[in-house]
Amino acid sequence: MSDFGHRLSTSMSLKHILQDRRLAEPLLQEIEKTAAEISRTVRIMEVCGTHTVAIRGSGIHSLLPENVLMISGPGCPVCVTPTSYIDNALQLLETSDTTVASFGDMLKVPGSDGRNLAGYMGGGRVRIVYSPAELLSIAEGTSGSVVFLAIGFETTIPTVAAAFLQARRAGLSNLYLYTAFKTIPPALRALLSSPDRQLDGFLLPGHVSVIIGVQPYRFLEEPGGVPGVIAGFEPLDLLQGILAVLRQTGRGEQRVENTYTRAVRTQGNPKAREIMNQVFEPADALWRGFGEIQASGLVLKGDYREADAALHFSLPPLYNLEPPGCACAQVLQGRLPPTECPLFGSSCTPEAPIGPCMVSSEGTCAASFRYGEAVL
Amino acid sequence: MCLAVPMKIVKIDSAGKALVKQDDLETEVDLTLIEDPKVGDYVIIHAGYAIDLLDLEEALERLKLFRAMEESG
Repeated sequence: MSDFGHRLSTSMSLKHILQDRRLAEPLLQEIEKTAAEISRTVRIMEVCGTHTVAIRGSGIHSLLPENVLMISGPGCPVCVTPTSYIDNALQLLETSDTTVASFGDMLKVPGSDGRNLAGYMGGGRVRIVYSPAELLSIAEGTSGSVVFLAIGFETTIPTVAAAFLQARRAGLSNLYLYTAFKTIPPALRALLSSPDRQLDGFLLPGHVSVIIGVQPYRFLEEPGGVPGVIAGFEPLDLLQGILAVLRQTGRGEQRVENTYTRAVRTQGNPKAREIMNQVFEPADALWRGFGEIQASGLVLKGDYREADAALHFSLPPLYNLEPPGCACAQVLQGRLPPTECPLFGSSCTPEAPIGPCMVSSEGTCAASFRYGEAVL
Repeated sequence: MCLAVPMKIVKIDSAGKALVKQDDLETEVDLTLIEDPKVGDYVIIHAGYAIDLLDLEEALERLKLFRAMEESG
């Protein structure tokens, strides 16, 4: 206890403890034992792309018993954004003097004709932001309009809402948002209701849950649901989450469980949600791989709609059209391992990606390419 | 894109920004999204914003469980 107390004096040492192989051993043994008592294959979807990278980067997927399969889900915002969104952003750059600001992950995603936003970096018309807070200084320093490519899940959406409100208070009326936000629970519902689903449980996204809490996942406990376990991102967190799914599966339970209690409160972060709901309201959204999912997006609401880039610049509606041969859509639903895509590793690599699952560092294909082995 | 890291608040300014620190890394973050932040708190940082407090008591409890598993195993 005192040992932990000392080692916990900084959270970096916490991180080190959570990577301790000696502490992982008993968890792995317990996973082994629990899985052995389940006489079938258990397919667990890690919904979040950051989980995908953490699981594969730590090698955990290769330490699991043979009958436990980790499947990557749709939790990479870049990956679930339709190609037509990139086309529209490129069109904005071509037909106006607008500056486009974006998270770095989006820049290399090819539009339908193969061009990408990175091609415009040289002229200073495309600006990479790490934090939405940077949008204020970009809008301040730009005489024309600035359009932010607003993608992300519940983790990111409140940060954009906060920055947007800060920009409004600063009187910056040249900042527009091109929203393609997605929310996770509706996607889980879509995955559950798929008629040929092969899914025994969810590892629920830790940092989305920091914001939304436990309640929005409760539908998993209804008939037809599966175990859902909120997990953190360090190796011990991941093992603990996987073990919790297996234990529930063994007992025939389907509960929503929170194993990331140091970060996720049952009620989530009400203040962040309040700020998010002040600026945005639910709307139907188009997902690559899934099509339109009802009320799975968030768009600017009320008077703030004047800052909606899609409305202000009359951008064409989004549609889904995959590059020829690209299996990203099936990969995102956990139906196809990346290595079975005909383009994987040959014409589609992280250096020259064709589909978004290979572009984003959190994409299932990119993770598979980097760390080897199929995810399915 | 949902990467977030815990860091410790070392200074809070009047504009709701904080200086946070972890090991040799120091950076400025926005505290708008969290309730009652105090110097010394650990916060979870995502995209330049603190998105919640980190509960070290909970972390400690969890680690005690792991340690108990190791000792009994």
